Parts: sequence; structure tokens; C-alpha cells
Amino acid sequence: MTVYVLRRLAQTLLVLFVTSGLVFGGLYLVGDPVEILVNPQADQEERARTAAALGLDRPALEQYWIFLKGAFTGDLGKSFVFGRSALEVIIERMPATLELAFLAMVMSVGLGIPLGLYAGLRPHGLAARSIMAGSILGFSLPTFWVGLLLIMVFAVQLGWLPSTGRGPTTEFLGVQVSILTWEGLRYALLPALNLALFKLSLIIRLTRAQVREQSLLDYIRFARAKGLKRARVIGVHLLKNILIPLITVIGLELGSVIAFAVVTETIFAWPGMGKLVIDSIFQLDRPVVVAYLLVTVFMFIMINLMVDLLYSALDPRVRIAEVKS
Amino acid sequence: MKIRNALFAVLAAASLSAAAQDLSVGLSTPVTTMDPHFHNLTPNNSIAKHVFETLVHQDDQQAMRPGLAESWKALDDTTWEIKLRKNVRWHDGSPFTADDVLATLKRIPNVPNSPASFAIYTRPISDAKAKDAHTVILTTRAPHPLLPNDLATIHIISAKMAGMGTPDYNSGKAVNGTGPYKFGEYVSGDRVVLVANDKYWGQKPAFQKIRFRMITNSAARVAALLAGDVQMIEAVPTADIAKLKTDARVTLASTVSNRVIYLHMDSGRERNSPFVTDAAGKPMEANPLRDPRVRKAISMMIDRNAIVSRIMEGEAKPAGQFLPETFHGTSKRLAPEKYDPDGAKKLLAAAGYPNGFGITLHTPNNRYINDEKIAQAVAQFLTRGGIPTKVDAMPSAVFFSRGSKLEFSFLLAGWGAGTGENSSPLRSLVASFDPKLGNGAANRGRFSDAGVDAMVHTALTTIDDTKRGLMLAAAADKAIGELTGVIPLHYEVSTWGVKKGLAYKARVDQYTLAHEVTVAKK
Repeated sequence: MTVYVLRRLAQTLLVLFVTSGLVFGGLYLVGDPVEILVNPQADQEERARTAAALGLDRPALEQYWIFLKGAFTGDLGKSFVFGRSALEVIIERMPATLELAFLAMVMSVGLGIPLGLYAGLRPHGLAARSIMAGSILGFSLPTFWVGLLLIMVFAVQLGWLPSTGRGPTTEFLGVQVSILTWEGLRYALLPALNLALFKLSLIIRLTRAQVREQSLLDYIRFARAKGLKRARVIGVHLLKNILIPLITVIGLELGSVIAFAVVTETIFAWPGMGKLVIDSIFQLDRPVVVAYLLVTVFMFIMINLMVDLLYSALDPRVRIAEVKS
Repeated sequence: MKIRNALFAVLAAASLSAAAQDLSVGLSTPVTTMDPHFHNLTPNNSIAKHVFETLVHQDDQQAMRPGLAESWKALDDTTWEIKLRKNVRWHDGSPFTADDVLATLKRIPNVPNSPASFAIYTRPISDAKAKDAHTVILTTRAPHPLLPNDLATIHIISAKMAGMGTPDYNSGKAVNGTGPYKFGEYVSGDRVVLVANDKYWGQKPAFQKIRFRMITNSAARVAALLAGDVQMIEAVPTADIAKLKTDARVTLASTVSNRVIYLHMDSGRERNSPFVTDAAGKPMEANPLRDPRVRKAISMMIDRNAIVSRIMEGEAKPAGQFLPETFHGTSKRLAPEKYDPDGAKKLLAAAGYPNGFGITLHTPNNRYINDEKIAQAVAQFLTRGGIPTKVDAMPSAVFFSRGSKLEFSFLLAGWGAGTGENSSPLRSLVASFDPKLGNGAANRGRFSDAGVDAMVHTALTTIDDTKRGLMLAAAADKAIGELTGVIPLHYEVSTWGVKKGLAYKARVDQYTLAHEVTVAKK
């Protein structure tokens, strides 16, 4: 088990190294940050000064070597735009994204599994059909459009919720969190719902398909024949068995919710990492983009590792040691 | 019942006055720092102008007004005397003196890691001395008539804070200004909160608190205004203007800005311009764009009124030069080029291209209002006129790097005259590329004409405003009217939206200055 975890961590380092090279090279090819950063009125002398101040006057390989040397000591470089440590800029924005992702996941799991169960158990009822039809919409409507629609309906027309931005924050375990107060939560509801909609539909459909498949299997029939209560058959026997594929998907989706909340964050002016990275790409703020992708890749790998460990806890047939071979 | 009514009236009045005391503003681009000298960028300068002040102020038309300086005058060609305003106090209570000005000028070229510094405005100054506590004597290396314009861009900080770094400004610790608003809070990527400075020397601030929110998506920004979450937004998208004009909740304020959208042509390379082909699309050795007649013909093929009315929905003004006629140094003779496709054909034939030639127009697609659509329209006009034109649109991050490396033959870009007069575009766009003089830094067509260079150079060293203005106008006449070194298309119109009951005087420099918002009288 320990060996397995250690080996996975070593692979992580290799992946991070390759990612950094690809992103660094890619951004270098896109364009010269000096052109974007300087004031248009700037003359040639000022352009040269900016290039020198940011280390952009050196050859590409040297710039990458300087970055690598820094990276080994945990320093991913200074943001061109903010003049501060890129990692610091990202970590500062992280709580906003994490709380939004958390709220969205709670919404999609909390609603998705019960709705999916219902639709799976009574597949021919009107309610089940409506749920499935709704999930198709949730799947196929573009996020930015749904986001604007939510703002128009709930903020502009009805005036129930604030249109954009993040609410007042309170400190929780040393981190600024906004969803712990009602006022803050009001700001988070619309963006979280917008972010959750796709995952919600996915979880509904997955749960339903699993329920339909497993309900026909012998162990469910046997449990029923034994005279177990319906609630116990569904709640213990069925639910436990449909959870394994669900956890894989939820794990992967959690990563993507955190890393790719870009559209939602931009539309709702939510000051998270997604908005930061989009702004940084447009401004060619290379250190921030590279650091962001490294953080994201690291996070994905960690989530996958945790999912693998969770499998073995849920399903005694999966033994981590076997993976060694 | 009576008591309840009275109580209700009091509560209602209290909540009304509280609402009138605060203002929320939706910004279109993120503010990246609170340090007024770190990154010379419109959103940053805009915020700085609430907290800090410049020696010379610019009004909504960019005309110069006394700011922290009561008056300024040139003693001789290279010496300027600046009289400072007395009885101005910093937010921390200490008095404003000449030392603060000297400390500011010293800090500007030395801000570490600055991605766009203000040193371009201080470099002409070779020496700064305090004659007394409220008089500063500035000496310039060469005659520099634009000194007052340059001073209008420099935010004065207090000498006490000159040693502080950018992080201290971002945390608010070092933000000590003289302006109408004091620092409240700065959350990167989210908001800036400012609080009224009741001891301000000028017009007392109208709002107790101003909250700037960064809402980069324009549809969401409009929605926030309609929902009442913000009372003011900048950069109202052209597509929403017609609808908002009829909305009873909103008042719009708009003005022609100091930004012109123009076409630059490769008039530098003698042969093998990268994107020029013959009419059949095969590579062509000759570069037709070097011929002023060809450039003029291109200009005549474009129907500017159609672009303004169809693509810009009326929110732009056809342009015949770099700046609208109200600005200093503009020409009275340069009207927008008339749409004349037949005349263009003749001119093209006279230049030796009766069958035309092929070209690619490069344009950014996220920098100017409707930039890619304008390029498409230009390409269609040119194709109809006998110059088959392709459009290649790309994000500005890619566009400007490639453009400055001279990888294009024909490009669309925009220019906002930061100093508010005609030497800024003349010097950067049509003066010959010359790193030593700092000329032609954005001359991506490498247009070059000795006559224009001489006129720009003399103008830039002529202290007398009237004479300089005439010279700049003559340079524009030659560069645009006679030689068509660039093709101006239109001036952008900038539009702000405010809640009914508020009023904003739209500014030509596109700054959003909440302290200039007034509460309309009932």
C-alpha cells in the first residue's frame, strides 16, 4: 500500500515536469508579453526596460532553466501583472473556487442521487420521464447561456438574489469563506447552480442506469424473496452497489468543477482561479498560467489517487496491492 | 397607527439617505494594483485618480485644469516653474509640499518589476528642485512643450510613503493620497472599496462609500445595472444600447473618445511583403502598398458611414484623422474620406494595378469594439473594389507580438491619445521607426517620410502652444491627407450607464471617475 502510494507520487513529479515544459513552450510561442503589458504610448526604451525587468530579454531556454531552478525550491516565479509570487496569487483565489465547487457538488450529489434513484425505480411514471427530460436540457444547454438566463430571471426580473460577485466573507480555519453566512450564500447560489447543472444531469442519468441494471440482478431478487423491507433493499443493497461507478465519476467531475469553472466564474464575476487564469492567458502572464496548470494537474492526480483508495474501501474485491503487478 | 406611520417614515428616510450615500460601479477590466506607479493601465489609473491626484488635472475633454498645481509656466525653453496648491492635506493629515513632488519623480523610474512604468513621462525631466515649500522648478533635457500633459499622468504620492513597495500599496498600508476618496479595501480580481475624504480641498465627495466591482462579462455587467446591484457601469456593449435607451431605470452617457480605429499598410518593404499576392493569389514580388495612390484608393473603397451605422450601430463617428477636431493639434482640413469606388478603381489603374492584387488583413478579435466585424466589412469593400482581401483575426496577445515583428502586410488597430493631443499618434504611428528618438514605436507599417519626421520633430520642441498646434496639424495633413500613411476609419464612442437619478459626464479618455458622478436634482 505504502509502496503503491509512493510510486504514484513519483509519477506525479514526472507529469508535473512534462506539463511545465509544454505550457512554458506553448506560451512562449503565442506571443511576447511585453507587447501586451506596456502602455501603448511606450517608446522603444520603455519596452526594453520592461523586457529586462521581467527577465524576458533572455533566451527561451535560459528563461525555462531559471523557472525550473526556482520550481525545485517551491518558487514558481513572479506574476508579470501583479509583481507577486504566482503561487501566492493563485492560492489567494483558491478558497472562492473551492467553496463554489463544494456547493455545486453538494447540489448535484444531494439532488442527483435521489432523483436518479426515483427515475430508475419508477421508470415509466410521468415524474421519472420529466426528470429525464430535464436532465437532457441540463446536459445540452451551454453554461454561459444558462448563467445569463439565471441572472435575468432571478436577479433582474424577480430580484430575489444578487446578480454577480461574491458576498461578504468570514474567516473559517484561517481561510476567507463566504458561504457560511446567509448573506454570502445568497451570492453563491446562482453560480453554484449554474456550475452544478451539468453534473446534476450526469449523476441523475448514471444513477438511473445503474439502478435499472442492478434491480434485475439475482441478489436484489434474493433480498426481496427473503422478505426484506423495500427501504433496506434499496438503501443498503442497491445503493452500495451503484456507488462504485458513481464515485469514479464524481471524483473526476470534482476536479473538473474546480479547474474549469472558468465560464461560470466569468459570467458571475466570481473572483476565483478560473477567472484569474482567463485574465492571465489574455495578458500572457506566463508565471500565473504555468503555476495554475501545475496546481491543477497536481490536484487531478491527488483526486484520482484518493478515488483509487476509496474503491478498495468500498469494494473488498479490489485490492490495491494487486495493482503492483 | 400614527406612531407606526411616523416610524415607517423615519425608517424609509434613513434607508433612502443611506442608499444615496453609497455607489457601486461595475468595471469592465480588472484593477491589478493599488500602487499608482506600478502598471500604467487605464483601469489602474482610473482607480488611482480617486485616491491620488496629479499636478495637472484633465477635464472630461482632456483640457488641462489646475490640480495639485495652481499654475505652471515655462520660464525658458527648458525650465518650468510649478506653483503648488497650498492648504492641501494628505489623508493622514500631514500637509502637501514640494518634497512630495520630488519624492514622486524619484520613485517613478525605480519601481521594481513594473510591467509598464510611468518613466516615459518623467524621462524628459533632467532635474527637479524645490524653490520653496510650494514651488517646484523642473528642468528638461531638451525643450519639452508636453510637460504639462505628462504631469497630468503622474500621480503624486506622499514623501513619507516613497520608500514603500508595491505590496504595501496593495495592502492599503502605503495608500496615502490627497484625492476625494480614501482607501477602504482591495481584493484582487474582485473589488476596490473607497471611502469619502471629508477634508478634500475641492468639491466634497457626493458618496460616503464607493464600491468598484470587476464584472468583465459585458452582458452580466448590464444585468447587474438592471438588477440594481450596481448603480453605474462602464463600456456598455453596443448591442444593448438601443434597448437601454428606452429603459426607464437607466440613463446613458456617451461621447466620442480619443481612440481612433485605423488601418496600417506595409509601406516599408520594397518587395515581398508577406501577405501581398497578385489578383490570382500567387506570390507577387512588388509591394503595391508603397505607392501612396494605392493607399489612397484603398481608403476611398471603404464606406465609413456604412461601418458606423451597421456594425457600430451608430456608436462611432467616421474619422478623417487621428483625433476628433476638438483636440489640440488636429487639422481643420482632414474630413473623413468620401466613399468613391469608381475613383478608387481609376486611381488603382493609374498606379499600375488595373487588375488589383490580393492581400490579407490581420486584426485582433478581443481588443476593440467589434474589431473583427469591422475587418470583415473592410475586406468586403476592398474585394468589391478589386483587391481580393482575406481576414485573419486573432487574440490581441498574438496579434500585437506578430504585428510588432512586422509579420503583417495590412492590419487593423486602434490608438488612444493618452496625452490628449495630436503629437501622441503622430509620433508613434507615422514618424519613422527610430529607437534613439523613441519615435514610431507602434509604426507597424513602417511608414516613413522625411517631411513628416521634420515637422513632428520641430513641433515636439516648440513651446508655444498655437505654433505647435499648427505644425502638428500640418504634419497630419501631409501624413494622412497627402500620403495616406494610415487609413483612419472611425472614432470609438464610449458609453456609461447610470441609474436614473444619477448623472455622469462622459469622458473622452475613457476613465470611469466615480467622484465626477453627480446626483441629479429632483
